[in-house]
Amino acid sequence: MIKLEKVTKTFGTGAVAISDITLTIERGEFVFLIGPSGSGKTTFLRLLIRDMIPSEGSIFVNDIDVVKLPKNKVPHLRRKIGIVFQDLKMLMDRTIFENIVLPLEMSNTDKKTARERVDAILEQVGIIDQKNKFPIQLSGGELQRAAIARALIFSPDILLADEPTGNLDPTTSWEIVKILQDINKAGTTVVMATHNADIVNNLLKRTIALEKGKLVKDTKQKS
Amino acid sequence: MNKSLTTSWNHIRRSPYQSFAAIFIMMQTFFVITLFAFIVVGSARVIGYFESLPQVTAFFKDEAKQTDIDSLEAQIKATGKVSQITFVSKQEALARYQKQNKDDAILLDLVTADILPASLEISTNSIQDLSSVSQILKSSSSIDQVVYPKDIVNNLTIWTNALRKIGLAVIGVLVLDAIFLMVIIIGIKVSHKKQEIEIMRLLSATNWYIRWPFLLEGMIYSIVGALLGYAFATGALLSATPFLESFLGNAFLIPDQVNFLAILFAGELATAIILGCLASFLAVLRYLK
Repeated sequence: MIKLEKVTKTFGTGAVAISDITLTIERGEFVFLIGPSGSGKTTFLRLLIRDMIPSEGSIFVNDIDVVKLPKNKVPHLRRKIGIVFQDLKMLMDRTIFENIVLPLEMSNTDKKTARERVDAILEQVGIIDQKNKFPIQLSGGELQRAAIARALIFSPDILLADEPTGNLDPTTSWEIVKILQDINKAGTTVVMATHNADIVNNLLKRTIALEKGKLVKDTKQKS
Repeated sequence: MNKSLTTSWNHIRRSPYQSFAAIFIMMQTFFVITLFAFIVVGSARVIGYFESLPQVTAFFKDEAKQTDIDSLEAQIKATGKVSQITFVSKQEALARYQKQNKDDAILLDLVTADILPASLEISTNSIQDLSSVSQILKSSSSIDQVVYPKDIVNNLTIWTNALRKIGLAVIGVLVLDAIFLMVIIIGIKVSHKKQEIEIMRLLSATNWYIRWPFLLEGMIYSIVGALLGYAFATGALLSATPFLESFLGNAFLIPDQVNFLAILFAGELATAIILGCLASFLAVLRYLK
């Protein structure tokens, strides 16, 4: 499903974001990616969606060679991987519906199908009533759900979530984690970068720990 | 495409002043292009008109015999440079004189057919043939005087050639201006939407999904600018036509050429699409690396 071989990412300044990481994440796994700020969690996720290219090593997602993937095929890769960004990246001048339907418009999905799909996803994450509101009108938890909904719009094989509980209170955080668990139970591989030790410790899922770009721990604990 | 068009329309609507500036420069450009086209075609018609007039008039001496006249006429025809040749006898010359001066009894009384010379009125195929035909006429012993409007046509040709060059230079500068301004305006819009574009890319947008609205926006500016420029220039020509006709006569009748106006319109529309596309593509290339 996801395979990294000796992946290193060095920036132009010489700073090493990821250093010599080799690991495999199987289909249907729920994996926590933990580590302090600057440990390389976000870089790890960005490498998977070809938002950046590693300096060394190879990355495979569903047998697609991400590093060698031609530029014009990158959108196809990104339709197979849903991502919830740390800063959510919602378009503030569009409604929740417009934000979520956007990836479908990009793929030329017909209007009726797109509308039905968005409604179903919003129902699933529990914010169907908010669909005509603008992002600024939603609470942090609702925005996070909207971001998850957008990430799920193509029913991706893999869902990457970068600190989805970062700015949320404990109750809302657990609600978000519950949604991610449900998505995982439906067969989607979930990789969640987080600082939240409480969640990690309680869920007893596989945990990959990074520190200064290096892989320092990889468990395969099962719930 | 519908979605791209809607996005383009939103871009235009949300920054009306920039949109106005883009349309205005395009309108100026196409206004000048249209006027230039009118001038080029109009001047060609004016020159054509003068060229079609009896350009060389050769007046015979009184003692010229009919055989000399016929021989000279045949000699001129044999050059192959003549489109029309008309012999005007003394009697026909008098008839023309009487027609021109029918309201002046004194002038009519003073002139008889004897004092008016017979003449040959000759039209050449091209303006360059005027000189050689005139030389043949002058070399004939039966010819008293040769008159042709060489200077008028020459001057007119010099002026229209200069006008064409100046017009082309002005159009060139305006087209460059328009392209630069469009690149800047679309570039500003692309920069303004950089974050949105970045998000779209992360959400699997293809390059063309992002480019299309900007390309369409450029095309819309050009097309609207071209329509306005064409309309204003044509309106100006139509309103100036009575004045132009007053001193150019039938030589200047562009408005009656529906085909010309339609072809010009289609040509400008095609140019507008290419120009808009080019300018916005340059902007997109520059700002969407």
